[in-house]
Amino acid sequence: MNFTLKIWRQEGPQDEGRMETYPVTGISDEMSFLEMMDVLNDQLIRDGKDPVAFDHDCREGICGMCSMFINGEAHGPNRKTTTCQLHMRSFKDGETIYIEPWRAAAFPVVKDLAVDRSAFDRIIQAGGYVSVNSSGNPLDGNAIPIPKHDADDAFNAATCIGCGACVATCKNASAMLFASAKVSQLALLPQGQPERMSRVQRMVDQMDKEGFGNCTNTGACEVECPKGISLDNIARMNRDYLKSQVTGE
Amino acid sequence: MAQNGILKSSLAKKYAMAATGLFLCLFLAGHLAGNLQLFTAGSDGGRQFNEYAKFMTTFPAVKLLSYLTYFAVLFHLVDGVVLSIQNRKARPVRYAMERPSTNAGWSSRNMMILGTIILVFLVTHMQNFWWQMHFGSVPMQTLEDGTQIKDLYFVVAAFFHPDNGFALPAIGLYLLGQFALGFHLWHGFSSGFQSIGLRHPRFSALVGGLGKAFSVVVPALFSAIVVFLYFTQA
Repeated sequence: MNFTLKIWRQEGPQDEGRMETYPVTGISDEMSFLEMMDVLNDQLIRDGKDPVAFDHDCREGICGMCSMFINGEAHGPNRKTTTCQLHMRSFKDGETIYIEPWRAAAFPVVKDLAVDRSAFDRIIQAGGYVSVNSSGNPLDGNAIPIPKHDADDAFNAATCIGCGACVATCKNASAMLFASAKVSQLALLPQGQPERMSRVQRMVDQMDKEGFGNCTNTGACEVECPKGISLDNIARMNRDYLKSQVTGE
Repeated sequence: MAQNGILKSSLAKKYAMAATGLFLCLFLAGHLAGNLQLFTAGSDGGRQFNEYAKFMTTFPAVKLLSYLTYFAVLFHLVDGVVLSIQNRKARPVRYAMERPSTNAGWSSRNMMILGTIILVFLVTHMQNFWWQMHFGSVPMQTLEDGTQIKDLYFVVAAFFHPDNGFALPAIGLYLLGQFALGFHLWHGFSSGFQSIGLRHPRFSALVGGLGKAFSVVVPALFSAIVVFLYFTQA
């Protein structure tokens, strides 16, 4: 398969950046999108040019490192699929493919297609944990009875890999789906109850500080999320935050 | 933290947007109920409608409600503009290639444009009727017992009368305003519930359906009234 790639190139955070065009040939339809990028970079290095910087790690859809806004959609055209799990058979031979970095003020470009997503880490650091006293006799988590549907909902929220597709796809660059998943995975479990109200306040406050936009409930994040995180989580976060403000806890 | 959050946080602005928006949905239902009288108001020369209009502009509790409505409209407007500005700032560099229709509905992505059309309609609408009723010169209607009340029915009927040269463009703008309102509500109604966290597997389908029905029925009935007034007087 042959493709024409239009790729965002940016030397560094201060560089203005621009779209550049690269032809790639001899691509197998069984290659993943990242392998296709590897072929391009191999070609660029052989030509003595700077390879395209992009994030990747596990290449099996579970780490949340790969990103890329492909042909106007986060992680490309397939649903519930990360870029590393996207295969070239999902594209037409001879197609022009636009490849851009996640676009958000809170995700500054480091180089080319790699963006700095440490804003997500700071939201987690603000409250996305359970304080456990590890000295003495901590209660065995498995000994606490948890209703099946709560366990399922908490687990589904916890499948968020923090890739940032929700922010990238949201027309407002809002981080609500990510933040709400990280609030919900603890809010649904007994161990998360003692800090439930302060947690949601601290995480939302940090999210606002990072400069993400406001949620307008378009639902685009839920559609584009490679893990299918539900809007139910956003409603739960809205509810908890309102409760925390009203009760002043 | 709690005191700051309720005023400044992104979620607080969403709560305010939802609360004022849902309140304005109630206002629309009330306004429509009043306007439906226009279908039959011609039969008694508008007397019942005029008495209703007098009640709505003088009864203290209704007056209080009307101030609440003005406030809700202004707050919804200012809050919406603030949110839109913040949202634009959150993505300073746009994408070269976007395919937004693949993952979100048209009305949910264009609430600001729809809201602006509704605002333009609202300004003309209030100038035509609300201003006339409160500050303009409205002809008086004399009842059997000799008391005089403002003949708002005459103002409305004359405005949408075929003899009025502006009736057709006015009806055009009215219908455009109602279209924009319908699409605004199509997303806004259920979105309001989501913003304040009222979402549950058992009820979200019901709220969604109710919102869709509301967004079609309310603007359709408002539109039907003005079209009815035009054609029955032709």
